[in-house]
Amino acid sequence: MLAYSLKRLVLAFLVVLTVSGITFTLTNAAIDPAKALAGESATAGDIEAIRKAYGFDRSYLVQYFDWLGGALTGEFGESFRMRRPVATLLAERLPVTMTLGLCALAFALLVSIPLGVVAALKPNSGVDRVALSISVLGQALPTFWFALMMIILFGVVLRWLPISGSDTWLHFVMPSIALGYYATPAFMRLTRAGMIEVLASDYIRTARAKGLRAPTVLFKHALRNAIIPVVSLAAVQFGFMLGGSVVIETIFALHGVGFLAWESISRSDIPVVQAIVLLISLFYIVLTLLADLLNAYLDPRIRVA
Amino acid sequence: MSAILEVENLRVEIPVATGTLVPVRGISFSVQRGETLCIVGESGCGKSLTSLSIMNLLPKRAKRTADRLRLGGADLQTMDERTMSDIRGDRMAMIFQEPMTSLNPAYTVGNQLEEAFLRHRKASRREARERAVFLLEKVGISAAASRLGQYPHQLSGGLRQRVMIAMALMCEPELIIADEPTTALDVTIQAQILHLLASLQRELQMGVMLITHDLGIVARVADRVAVMYAGEIVETGTVHEVFSRPLHPYTQGLLRCIPVPGKTRRGAHLGSIPGVVPALFGDPTQCNFANRCEHAVPACTAGPVPLTGLGEGRGYRCVLPVETCIANQARPVAA
Repeated sequence: MLAYSLKRLVLAFLVVLTVSGITFTLTNAAIDPAKALAGESATAGDIEAIRKAYGFDRSYLVQYFDWLGGALTGEFGESFRMRRPVATLLAERLPVTMTLGLCALAFALLVSIPLGVVAALKPNSGVDRVALSISVLGQALPTFWFALMMIILFGVVLRWLPISGSDTWLHFVMPSIALGYYATPAFMRLTRAGMIEVLASDYIRTARAKGLRAPTVLFKHALRNAIIPVVSLAAVQFGFMLGGSVVIETIFALHGVGFLAWESISRSDIPVVQAIVLLISLFYIVLTLLADLLNAYLDPRIRVA
Repeated sequence: MSAILEVENLRVEIPVATGTLVPVRGISFSVQRGETLCIVGESGCGKSLTSLSIMNLLPKRAKRTADRLRLGGADLQTMDERTMSDIRGDRMAMIFQEPMTSLNPAYTVGNQLEEAFLRHRKASRREARERAVFLLEKVGISAAASRLGQYPHQLSGGLRQRVMIAMALMCEPELIIADEPTTALDVTIQAQILHLLASLQRELQMGVMLITHDLGIVARVADRVAVMYAGEIVETGTVHEVFSRPLHPYTQGLLRCIPVPGKTRRGAHLGSIPGVVPALFGDPTQCNFANRCEHAVPACTAGPVPLTGLGEGRGYRCVLPVETCIANQARPVAA
C-alpha cells in the first residue's frame, strides 16, 4: 500500500510538471507577453523596453524555471491588468468556485444516487426508463444551453432566482444545478449498474437469509459496496467541475476562478491564465489521487491487504 | 418425533419466453427434530430451488406453490415477507454452497455474525459479540475473538464456511438448510465441516436438510434420503434402505457410479448414466427417467408415474414392481 501510494505520488508530480511546461509554452506561444503588457497604443520601442525590463528577452528555459520556481513557492507574479499579485487574486476567487463545485457535486449525488438505486431495484421498469431518460438528456444537453434555458425560465419568466452575481446563496442555485446536472448521468448509471450487480450477489442472499429487513439489506449490504466506484468518480468529477466552472461562472457572472480565467484570457493576462490552468490541473491531479486512496479506504480488500 | 418441516406437493414455476419451466414438480417430504434428511440428485434437478423456496428466497420471477409448507406448525405459505424475515435466520437458517462469495466483503466477520443475532434477539452489542465468539470457537476457529475484526477476504474458504455455519447457528434455529455446504472445499476440509455439522446437530437437536450430489456425504451423515431427479423425488427411505436396496433405476445407477474399495476392480470402468436430464417444461407426461433407463418398458411412457409408498417413509417412483426392481439391481443390463 505504501509503495503503491509513493508510486502514485511520484507519477502525480511528473504530471504536474508536464502540465506546467505545456501551459507555459502554449501561453507564451499564443501571446507575446511584452506586447500584451504594453497595450495596443505602445510603440515598438516601448515593447522592447518592457521586454528587457520584465526579462522576456531571456532564454525560454530560464524564463520557465524562473516561473516554475515562483509557482512552487506560491508566487505567480503580478496580473498585467489588475496590477495585483496573482496569488491574492486567486485566493479571493477560490471560495466562490469551491462553493459552486461542492454544491454542484452535492446536487449531482443527491439526484443520481437515489435515482440509480430506484432504477436498479426494478430494471427496465417505468422508473428505470424515466431515470434513463433524465440521464441521457443530461449527457446530451450542452451545459451552456441548459444554463441559458434555466435563466430564461426561472430568472426571466418566473423571476424566482437571480441570474447573475454571487452575493447570496440564491445566486448559486442555478449555476450548481447547471454544473451538476452534467455529472448526474455518469453517477446514476454507475450506481444503477453497481446496485444491479451487487443485488444479485451471494452475500445479499446471505443477508436476506439472516432475516435482515429490506432497508438494511439495501443500504447496509448493497449500497455500501455499489457506492465504492461512485465515490472515486465523484472525486474526479469534482476536479472536472472546477474546470467546467469557467463556462458556468461566465454565464452567471459568478466571481470565481472560472470567471477570472475567462476575463484573463480575453485580456491576454498571461500570469493569471498560467496560474489558473496550473491550479485547476493540480486540483484535478490531487483529486484523482484522492479518489484512489478513497477507493482503498472504502474497500477493505485494498485497505487491509 | 415431531416434524419441524413439512412439505407437501411443493412446486416452483418459472415463466420463460418459450413456456413455463417447472424445475420443482410437486415434491413432498418432512424433516424431524434431530434428523438429517439428505436430498440427493445431479445438477439441475431442482435441489437448490427446493431449499430456496422453503426460505422464500427464490428469484423474483419464480413462483412457489404447495399444498402444505409448515415450519414447526407455522404455515410458511400465508406469511408476508415481513413475518417471513422474522423467521429466517431465527427459526430456520441456511448455509450456502459458495463460502467465498457469501460473506459481504465490506464488513468484518464480527459485524456480520452479530448482525444476525441483533436482528432477532433483544441483545446488546456485547452479548452478540460474546455469542459470536462462543460459536466461532464451537465451529473450531482458533483465536475466535481476534477473527471478529477480520474481513472475509482474510479468511480461507474453509474458515469462511465455518463462519457461515456459525452465522446460521447464531439464533439456534430449529432447522438448518445446508445447500451443498462442502462442494467448494478441499476434501479434507469437507470431512471436517460435515463432522462439525453432524456433531452440532446432535448437540442442538436441530433438523438438518442437507442438499448434495455426493453420495459419499449422504452415506456418512444422512438419517433419511430423498433422491431427486428432474424436479421429482424418485425414491425415499432411510439411508440404510436406499443404499442397501435401491429400488429406482436412477438410484441404482447413481450408486453404481461410486467406486467401492475392495469391490471395484482396478482399471474397471466406473458406472455412468447415459443421456441427459430432460428439459423441465410443463408437467411430466411420462416417467422422466424413461429415456435414460435401461429397464424401460412401454408403460413408462404411457403417463406420469406416481410415487408408490411402501410405508414408513419408504417410496419409489417406478412402474415396475418392487421385486422386479430388486432383481434389476442384482443383474444390471449391460449398457
